Amino acid sequence: MRQPRPEARPEADGLRRSFITPEGVDLRLTLGSAGTRAAAFLIDAIAVVAVLVVATIVIFTLFFSVHAPALAIVWMIGFFVLRNGWFTLFEMGGRGATPGKRIMGLRVVARDGARLSGGALIVRNAMREVELFLPLTFLGTQAAEGTADTFVTLFSLGWSGIFLLFPLFNRDRLRVGDLLAGTWVVRTVGVTLGSELAVPEARPRRSFSDAALSLYGEYELQTLEDVLRAGQRDSIATVAATIRRKANLTDDGDDLGFLTEYYAALCVRLERGLLVGRRRLDKFADAKR
Amino acid sequence: MTASVSPVAQPVLVNASRFRAAHAAEWERLDAIVRRIERRSIRAVPQDDLLALPLLYRTALSSLSVARETSLDRALIDYLEQLCTRAYFQLYGVQTSAWTQLRRFFVQGWPAAVQSLWRETLVSFLLTVAGVVVGYLIVRGDAAWFFAIVGDSMAGGRDPSASVETLRKTLYAPQQQNMLATFAAYLFTHNAQIAIFSFALGFAFAVPTALLITYNGMMLGAFLAVFVPKGLGFGFVGWIMIHGTTELFAIILSGAAGFRIGTAIAFPGRRTRGDAAVAAGQTGAVAMAGAVVMLLVAGLLEGIGRQVLTDDFTRYAIGTAMLIGWLLYFYLPRKSDAPAAS
Repeated sequence: MRQPRPEARPEADGLRRSFITPEGVDLRLTLGSAGTRAAAFLIDAIAVVAVLVVATIVIFTLFFSVHAPALAIVWMIGFFVLRNGWFTLFEMGGRGATPGKRIMGLRVVARDGARLSGGALIVRNAMREVELFLPLTFLGTQAAEGTADTFVTLFSLGWSGIFLLFPLFNRDRLRVGDLLAGTWVVRTVGVTLGSELAVPEARPRRSFSDAALSLYGEYELQTLEDVLRAGQRDSIATVAATIRRKANLTDDGDDLGFLTEYYAALCVRLERGLLVGRRRLDKFADAKR
Repeated sequence: MTASVSPVAQPVLVNASRFRAAHAAEWERLDAIVRRIERRSIRAVPQDDLLALPLLYRTALSSLSVARETSLDRALIDYLEQLCTRAYFQLYGVQTSAWTQLRRFFVQGWPAAVQSLWRETLVSFLLTVAGVVVGYLIVRGDAAWFFAIVGDSMAGGRDPSASVETLRKTLYAPQQQNMLATFAAYLFTHNAQIAIFSFALGFAFAVPTALLITYNGMMLGAFLAVFVPKGLGFGFVGWIMIHGTTELFAIILSGAAGFRIGTAIAFPGRRTRGDAAVAAGQTGAVAMAGAVVMLLVAGLLEGIGRQVLTDDFTRYAIGTAMLIGWLLYFYLPRKSDAPAAS
């Protein structure tokens, strides 16, 4: 929570948080961005409404044929559970996520890394009442009675707006509910291991001079990695041309091969520096040799 | 290490490649196990995989540390980071089973939370009493206040101008039998929603919660002011009491939970505001969940018990018994090694 920001890496966006496991390793969690959170919530909201509509239709059809008062009870209790329990019960499950969050690759976890208690999840989702349902119910009732004037509408929307936008006003993207529950929402997307880039099929045909390899640092190396993995022809051509120009190399027509080998050579060189404690973060850093 | 490797004319071998070759199988096994737990459940994992899980997790963690220090292959580091994160939450962040949680809630969590809220509960109770007194006095003073406090739909004909007979009927007339359960369900969902509101509103420095609790008391006072002057006070108290001891207690407790949050945010004491809010939120949530359970009981008592039992003394007896039961359950000292609600 109050840890200093991790070392300023150029690509570190504002959503990575240092998180030390009991084993002493920093997992560097990625928080869910406001956009993903909103999308997850919309999916859940649509799902809740869909379940409600379908269940209502089914129960009403049954009610007209059977006339059992038990159905009314089922509906009322069902509505209550759906409204208050959808988020809480799903997040209490092993996945720590509602269906919407699961689709968006999010998960609710305790900020201190401990077990999520049921209490935390109840608090987290009870606050939704104040954040969203209260003003909307208020607005809905007033509108149904025809007494909703501009002021009431503005007030309700303003109230909801303050709470809905609350995550944008703090660094950790916390809802009011998260704040009170001691939770936050992190991304947990299963990534498959990308293929190795630095594996030459045959012996390298090119060799690079010391000067050519001392042009760049880790940041450029990883940018190059991104370019190679994305595999877009024109960006590869642009990058290859830039490197050739800077290193005074001649164009041999094989951009991809050139970049792959340059990547491997640069990687070996930088890693060797790493092993003896010489990190070169980017091209502006001192190229000690 | 391999000093002979030079960037010139030798097959390049970066650290990541060696590293991947040595450990990829373990990472993939861990990934498969974690994926299986995520997709299905912990029960879907065979026993030897389960035993291997912590070891594989620690291997992956140490791989991550090594990779960060020796390798520049970002795909590898990203992969290990997400793998370790997912495994961490499966190992450390997982919930205890629903049954264990439920049992712990009833055995320790709930009474402990209520006990630790005793100061707030007292305030909440006093506010209710104050509300009752004020409501009673102002409606006695000027009957027009009744409509301002209670509202037409809630009053349902039980206003100061109603005759003794009408009022008596509302207390004792039996209702349609088949509607009783429906009525109970309605009362429960309605009251539980109010309880959740009064808890959640505590966030605004407890002010709305205090208003809600006082207003609740004022409504009761206003009704008393209608029934007591007509000589129906004894019957009315019995009518309220059969479920009211449970219901009012629940509302007082959910208000107390709201107070705890509001005061923790306003006056965090030695802790940071955030930490104080988290601690208060946890205790409050447990008490509030308990209040919802109490309201379920109250809904049954009100919807069914009160409509079936029309005898004043039975009503008093049940109400008193419930109150004593709750008080014993909450405040009876018990030997518990666990600290306040977890």
